[in-house]
Amino acid sequence: MGSYITFPELLIWLPLLAGILCFFTKREQTAKAMALLFSLIILFVSAASLFYTAPKFNTWNGVNYFYPNNIGNTFFVALDGTGRLLTFLTALAFPIIFIAGYKTSYKNASSFFGLMLLTQSGLMGVFCAMDALLFYFFWELALIPVYFLCSKWGGEKRIQATFKFFVYTFVGSLLMLTGIIYVYLHTTGRVFEDGSQVAHSFSLNSFYNASLSASDQNWLFWLFFVAFAVKMPVFPFHTWQPDAYDQSPTSVTMVLSGIMVKMGLFAVIRWLIPIFPLATVKFSHIVMILSIIGIIYASCIAIVQDNLKKLVAYSSIAHIGLMCAAIFAMNQVSVQGVMLQMFNHGINIIGLWIVLDLLEKQTGVKQISKLAGVANKAPFLTIMLVIIALANIALPLTNAFTGEFLMFSGLYKFNVWYAAVAGIGIILAAVYTLNMIQKVFYGNTNSVTEAVKEISLNEKFILALIVCMIFIIGIYPQPVIELTKDAVTTLVSKIK
Amino acid sequence: MSNVLQIVWLIPILPLIGFIINGAGRNVLSKGISGFIGSAVVLGSFLLSLYVFIQVKNGNTHVAHYFNFIDIESLKIAFDFKIDQLSSLFLLIITGVGFLIHVYSTSYMHEEPSKDFAKYFAYLNLFVFSMLLLVMGANYVIMFIGWEGVGLCSYLLIGYWFKNNDYTNAAKKAFIMNRIGDLGFLLAVFWLIAKIGTVSFDEVFSAASLAKLSTTDITGITLLLFVGATGKSAQIPLYTWLPDAMAGPTPVSALIHAATMVTAGIYMIARSNILYTMAPLTQHVVAIVGLATAVLAATIALKQNDIKKVLAYSTVSQLGYMFLGLGVGAYTGAVFHVMTHAFFKALLFLGAGSVIHAMGGEQDMRNMGGLKKYMSVTHLTFLLGCLAIAGMPPFSGFFSKDEILAASYANNPVLWGVGVFTAMMTAFYMFRLYAMTFTGKFRGTHEQEHHLHESPAAITIPLIILAILAVIGGWVGIPEVFLHNGHKLEAFLEPVFAQSNAITVKHELSHSTEYLLMGVSVAGALVALLFAWNKFSKYEKTETPSTGFAKLLENKWYVDELYNAIIVQPLRSLSAFFNNVVEKKGIDGLVNGTGKAVNYGSRQLRWLQSGQVGAYVLLMVIGILILFIIQLFL
Repeated sequence: MGSYITFPELLIWLPLLAGILCFFTKREQTAKAMALLFSLIILFVSAASLFYTAPKFNTWNGVNYFYPNNIGNTFFVALDGTGRLLTFLTALAFPIIFIAGYKTSYKNASSFFGLMLLTQSGLMGVFCAMDALLFYFFWELALIPVYFLCSKWGGEKRIQATFKFFVYTFVGSLLMLTGIIYVYLHTTGRVFEDGSQVAHSFSLNSFYNASLSASDQNWLFWLFFVAFAVKMPVFPFHTWQPDAYDQSPTSVTMVLSGIMVKMGLFAVIRWLIPIFPLATVKFSHIVMILSIIGIIYASCIAIVQDNLKKLVAYSSIAHIGLMCAAIFAMNQVSVQGVMLQMFNHGINIIGLWIVLDLLEKQTGVKQISKLAGVANKAPFLTIMLVIIALANIALPLTNAFTGEFLMFSGLYKFNVWYAAVAGIGIILAAVYTLNMIQKVFYGNTNSVTEAVKEISLNEKFILALIVCMIFIIGIYPQPVIELTKDAVTTLVSKIK
Repeated sequence: MSNVLQIVWLIPILPLIGFIINGAGRNVLSKGISGFIGSAVVLGSFLLSLYVFIQVKNGNTHVAHYFNFIDIESLKIAFDFKIDQLSSLFLLIITGVGFLIHVYSTSYMHEEPSKDFAKYFAYLNLFVFSMLLLVMGANYVIMFIGWEGVGLCSYLLIGYWFKNNDYTNAAKKAFIMNRIGDLGFLLAVFWLIAKIGTVSFDEVFSAASLAKLSTTDITGITLLLFVGATGKSAQIPLYTWLPDAMAGPTPVSALIHAATMVTAGIYMIARSNILYTMAPLTQHVVAIVGLATAVLAATIALKQNDIKKVLAYSTVSQLGYMFLGLGVGAYTGAVFHVMTHAFFKALLFLGAGSVIHAMGGEQDMRNMGGLKKYMSVTHLTFLLGCLAIAGMPPFSGFFSKDEILAASYANNPVLWGVGVFTAMMTAFYMFRLYAMTFTGKFRGTHEQEHHLHESPAAITIPLIILAILAVIGGWVGIPEVFLHNGHKLEAFLEPVFAQSNAITVKHELSHSTEYLLMGVSVAGALVALLFAWNKFSKYEKTETPSTGFAKLLENKWYVDELYNAIIVQPLRSLSAFFNNVVEKKGIDGLVNGTGKAVNYGSRQLRWLQSGQVGAYVLLMVIGILILFIIQLFL
């Protein structure tokens, strides 16, 4: 370890290597087993990285290679608190996704798992990159495999859904690239170790110190923000999401909803607010109002949604809206809440997808109105779903409570009315969640659910694991808070 | 040496263990074992509570610190329990009445399959755990954990028979209405955090008395907390869930929807008494809302025929009384009424359960009658409960109700007048219920008549114990006019309300006034009682539908229909509008339009690639010219 190989490099290269190896496997079982094995190794590495946070391990946690005769870009990857949290979430999510879908059979499995692992590599890169060009590269690396995964392995309307997804994210990416180049041209140059000089630099620090006038910031802010807002998504940039969640294969939906949405939030935290502090202060109200409209709007749509997957999608839009609003409240309490919630939301929504996927596989149906009385047939599944759903609506002692509590508290500090209006979202969340539980799980079975069976052992195991995490973080959230404390302080100080 | 009260964590942990055992072992445990475990853990908590109570009585109060729940630079929320006079009293009520109801349930729920039986006890234990957290928490956040926890358990238990759609609707309604209140509670907590950065009771109350909070802050915070209380304790406008909650098993109605959970709002305000005392505006609101709820619910109870519905509206009404007490500053009186109400209302519900049990599930009083012949223990204990709730001396309800009414009179005689009127209605509908159920002749089917029997000991013993408490429970609070230093409860709770008492102006009533007030209210209740007895002891079933005012009351003033029309339906319409119009036509239309425009544009641009070199050169020249022109202007 140390100066030879670092945590961020391992986290990026291992999935990339595994992904490439997967492409060359012949049998489905080999591809699956390899993907799972590698994802577990990556989880182990990522878990280890959580214990080596002290300054004396700095050489383990970051590295900066430069290329001779370059344009001011370097291979600069490092882990800070936020990065650690999100790389850990990514590392944790993939084995869960692989185990939950272990029984699903995919045609052309070697490509499927290869692409999945490439996505993981891209995601890890996004959370570690300390260089804008590298960040952009990983951003796209994470996205492009998803286009293929969605369009090749998705549901009936997969082409339409992928097209919409592509249009949205591609426009966003282009805007961001334009922005990156503009900011790059306003950075000061640097001298590298070998004596070569460049006029400008892509490094994160140069971006933070770029000489951008207030008026420059005003429009650059929006270039970046739209790219990130699409990813989160924030109202009104969200309509790709319900379709994409609905049409993608469930494993991909889990990646999209559990981790990819965090790319947007993460990017706002690292690549938007600190680069454009003046514009952030200026536009925070607009962003927050959009986010809060999104909370109410998405929650309302969730109430009348008959498609289970779309219901979860809209519920997620509402939750992300709250997180986005809380980031722009820019105080320690709210941002700390966002950190907690990014992790919690990832766990909870993956749990929800696992349950819904099991249900859809057994019944072949995803319309709420066609299901009923599942609790009679599969009590364990029902209990798990109810716990995860209650965590999703932030019941105390589940993980989401502390996150939402801190976010609302910070939001309140920023503006009383924003908190009050956003708070209506917690009532609406109870409405659509309990409606869903009542219609799908309670009551008597019907012809569709008559044949539902209790779930198998590996599914029980994985759901129980998620439920355990929900309670552990819900009762004792302090470790997550400690992990991200410094990152929060640093971010908040950028504005003040 | 650390305080002996540090071990109070055992009190909530025991029911939690019961919940885990019964929950995890529901497929393997026999009914006997799960019932035993469920009851034993609560008995354990009760014994510990008794020990704690004695400690507190000897002057040992304590804030037990365990760990930091949330600890960031600007906000620390500790996982602490506060053990003082108020919480120790509630501990006794919750675990004591809770234990009796667990024992009762072992018999009442005996016909359930053993899996569901264990589930029932698991939920009941979880409820006790949450309720204990609620009263033991040393800050608003821990209190809120219990606060939402009891709401969840209430939801689970109302929907216990989850195959029935009406029941699950009732469960959902309860949870959502509670959530509306909870938002108020949360906003109050955020307000506290924003202003003084702490939620711990001790720090908040000392900040309030040191004038670190402005009057506006205190008024706002207390009003928002009260919104929370209207949800949990079923007050106007959020009371309509409680009558529907009767869908749950009857012991649940007794424990959660009468004796404990619904008194959480009263506990919370009594706990925050100093804040309320410093916010006279809020106090007026609390008193008026409480009194209005008491009257409204009592009028509805007059015309209900479902035995549990009458008791449910009576609970709403009695809770209104307690809020009236809080609103006029009679904190001890309100807590006193919580205690006596827990005894007699649990008794009445369990008695009603015994009746329903004997009637084979029948709840309509029109089909009952003459039951005293068949069920002597249930009948006698029920009568004692009715006398207690009607405020007949020397039963427990008399003392607590009298204290609230006297304090209301001192505050404003109108409040007292309306309060007495409500007390008369209470006496009327309770004895209507009593007469229709136990006197006259039996109006049910032959099959039912054949099945009638007194309930087994597991049901009657809790009834007897509660009946004794309903009779003598009020004797800890004998007013000064009868007995000097007779109000033991007031003396015991004195430290909790000391801060408030120091700043409130006491209106002392003369002894003659007090006797007069008591005389009027008892006489009024007695008249109403005899009137009801006389009218309903020979009740005959009639099929004529009610008209006019009676119909209005039978239909509960159409409040559910009103809420449906002004909240539920508009929300649905708005959601449908968002979904069908804004989302699909508006935003998606725009996005798809962009897609189409790009497609169309590309098709047009295709013609540019003609393959003729000349055309390309021409375009290149035009491009360069444009660039030059731009350069000129820059």
